[in-house]
Amino acid sequence: MVTEKDINEQIAWAKINTDVLESMENPRPAFWVTLAVCVAMVACAVLAEYIQYTEGMGTANLNNPHMWDMYIAAFVFWIGMSHSGTLLSAILHLIHADWRKPIYRFAEAMTTFSLLTAGLFPMIHLGRVWNLYWVLPYVSDRGHWPNFRSPLVWDAFAISTYLTASMLFLFVGMIPDLAICRDNTSGWRKKLYTVLSLGWVGSDRQWRHFRKIYLLMACFLIPLAVSVHSIVSADFAMSIMPGWHITSFPPYFVAGALYSGCAAIITLFILLRYFFRFEDYMTLAIMEKTCKLTFAIAMVWTYLNLIEFASIWYGHDMYNKELLIAKATGPYAPIFWTMIFCGSVLPFTLAFQKLRRHMPTMFVVSLFLNLGMFFERWMIVAPTLSMSQEPHQWDVMYGSIIEWAIVFGSFGWFGMLFLIFVKVFPSVSMYEVKEMVFHRKRSAGEEDLARMTDHSKPVTQTTGGEGA
Amino acid sequence: MSKKRIMGLFSDFEEAHDAIADIRRNAVPGLTVDNVTMTSPIEHPEVEEILGDRPVHIQKFTLFGAIFGVTFGFLFLSGAQATFLVQPQGGKAVIPLPSNFTLMYEMLIFFGVWFTFFAFLFLSGLLKKRSALYSEKVSLDQVAIIVEIDGSLDEPVKELFQKHKVLEIREEVVQ
Repeated sequence: MVTEKDINEQIAWAKINTDVLESMENPRPAFWVTLAVCVAMVACAVLAEYIQYTEGMGTANLNNPHMWDMYIAAFVFWIGMSHSGTLLSAILHLIHADWRKPIYRFAEAMTTFSLLTAGLFPMIHLGRVWNLYWVLPYVSDRGHWPNFRSPLVWDAFAISTYLTASMLFLFVGMIPDLAICRDNTSGWRKKLYTVLSLGWVGSDRQWRHFRKIYLLMACFLIPLAVSVHSIVSADFAMSIMPGWHITSFPPYFVAGALYSGCAAIITLFILLRYFFRFEDYMTLAIMEKTCKLTFAIAMVWTYLNLIEFASIWYGHDMYNKELLIAKATGPYAPIFWTMIFCGSVLPFTLAFQKLRRHMPTMFVVSLFLNLGMFFERWMIVAPTLSMSQEPHQWDVMYGSIIEWAIVFGSFGWFGMLFLIFVKVFPSVSMYEVKEMVFHRKRSAGEEDLARMTDHSKPVTQTTGGEGA
Repeated sequence: MSKKRIMGLFSDFEEAHDAIADIRRNAVPGLTVDNVTMTSPIEHPEVEEILGDRPVHIQKFTLFGAIFGVTFGFLFLSGAQATFLVQPQGGKAVIPLPSNFTLMYEMLIFFGVWFTFFAFLFLSGLLKKRSALYSEKVSLDQVAIIVEIDGSLDEPVKELFQKHKVLEIREEVVQ
C-alpha cells in the first residue's frame, strides 16, 4: 500500500523560514491584480452606501414587508464563513489532526475578517449609520437598558465575544512566528514584529504556557462558535413567522456555517498556493483532506435540509407548507433550486479523487458551493417576508442594485483585508510546520525501525509536496 | 563569587536532551536543572520533561475568569433588568433566566478568554527585555541551553557542552 504524505518530511527548517518570509515580500503579480479587484469592489460598495446614505433606505428597496433582505442574508453568510477558522484550527487541534498545521493560520484570519465584514451589515441595514452605537447594550439617558430578551441583543454579545476570542486566538497562535519574522526582517517590518512578538524567545517556560493557552482557547472557541450561529439562528427561530419558526434551525445554521467556511478555505487555499508558490506546504494531500471534510459537512447540511422539509411537510402547518411549495415552485424557484444544486449535488464532485486533485476544478466548485450557501441564507430571509401569512402583503423582491453593490463590495472588503493580512503576516505557520515535519520524521523513523523486524507493514512514499 | 549565564547552541534536540540529562545526573556538581533554561524553535514536551516538573498555572486564571464572567454577567443583567421594575412587565419575569443564561454563557467565555490571555502574558515571561544571550538561530533550527552558575563552574559546564557537540558558546556576567 502506498500512502501519500501530507508534507515532504525532508524539507529543511531553514527553507520553511525562507519560503514563508519570501512569500510576504514577493508574491506573484496575480496577487496585486486580485487586491486591485478587491479595492475596486469596495469602491463600488462605498459609492452605493453613499447613495443609500444620502437618498435613504428606499434605494435599497427595503420597505414593509421587506424590512430584512439581502443585508441580513449577507450578515448571516459572513458570520457563517467565520466558522472555518474555528473548525480547522480549534477542533482539528483538539483531535490532533496535524495536517491542519500548514493551513490553519489563514483559516483563522478568515474567521476574524469574516466577522469584521459581518459586523458592517447591521450598521448598513440600520440606515441611520450615525446611530450604530444603538446595537451595543448600554443604558440610555432615561436609565433604561435594552431588552435582554431579544435575540438581537444576544447577537451583539455573541458576536463581540466571538470577534474578541478569535482575534486573540489568531494573535496568540502567531506569536512564535512573529518572533521569527522579527529575527529575519529589517525596517518597518522589524519594528512591527518586535512589538507584536512581545519579547518571545522560545524558552521552555514560554512554550509550556503557550501549549496550555492554545488548548484552553481552542476549548473556549468551539462552544463559542456553536453558540454564535445558534444565536444568529434565534433571530429567525424565535419569531412565529412561517419558514423561520423551526426547531432544527440552530444545528442547520451551524452546519451551513461550517460548510461555507470549508468551501472558502478551499478557494483561499488554491489562491494562496498560487500567489505565494506554497506548493510544498499546501499540498495536494492536504487539499484532499479538506475536500473530504467539506463533503462530509455538505452531506450533514443536506440531511438537515431534508429533515426541515420533511417536518414541514408532515407537520401540516398550512403557512409553512405553502411557503415551502412557493419556494420550490414560485418566483424564487430558480434561486431555491440553484441552492439545492450547489449545496447538495455539486459537492459530489468532491467525492472523486481526480477532481479533488485538479485545482482549477476545485476553485470553481468551491465558488459555486459558496454561491449555494449565499442563496441558502437569502432563501431563509426573503421568501418568508415575501409570502407570509397575509396574502395582501405578498410582494416578491430581488434586491435593488444598491443592495447588490453593497453585498458584492463586502466580498471585496473581505478579500482586501485578507490579502493585506497575508502580505504582512505569515500565512503559513512556520513553527507548526517545523513541528509537523519533526514529529512525522521521527515517527517515520520509528516505523522504519519496526518494519525492519516486521516485513508485513506497508511502505510509505513521499509525494505530497509536488505541484499541481 | 560572580554569577554567570552561559548559553550553548546545539544543532538538534537529541544533543540538547543528553546535555540536560547529564546535568540532571549531576555531571557538574553544584549545577541542577533548576538553573537550566532551554530555548527552542518548536515546542518539545519530551525534552521539556527532562527539565523536571515545572507547573503551569494559566488554567487557574481561566477558571477564575470564567467564574467571574458568569457572576458578573448575572449581576450586571439582573441589575440592569431590576430597573424595569418601574415599567409594567405584563406578567413577564423581571429577571428572565433563559435569556440571561444565554448572555451569561457568552460572558463566561469573554472573561475566560481575556483572563487566560493576560495570565499567559505575565506567567510566560513575555513583555520583558530580551537577554543579550538570545540567539536568532533559535528561531531557525537550533536549540539553546542556558545555565546560570557561579563563576567557578564555568569550565565544567563548557566541557559538558562540548562533549555534546555544542556549536557555539556565549556567556554574560549577571549583575
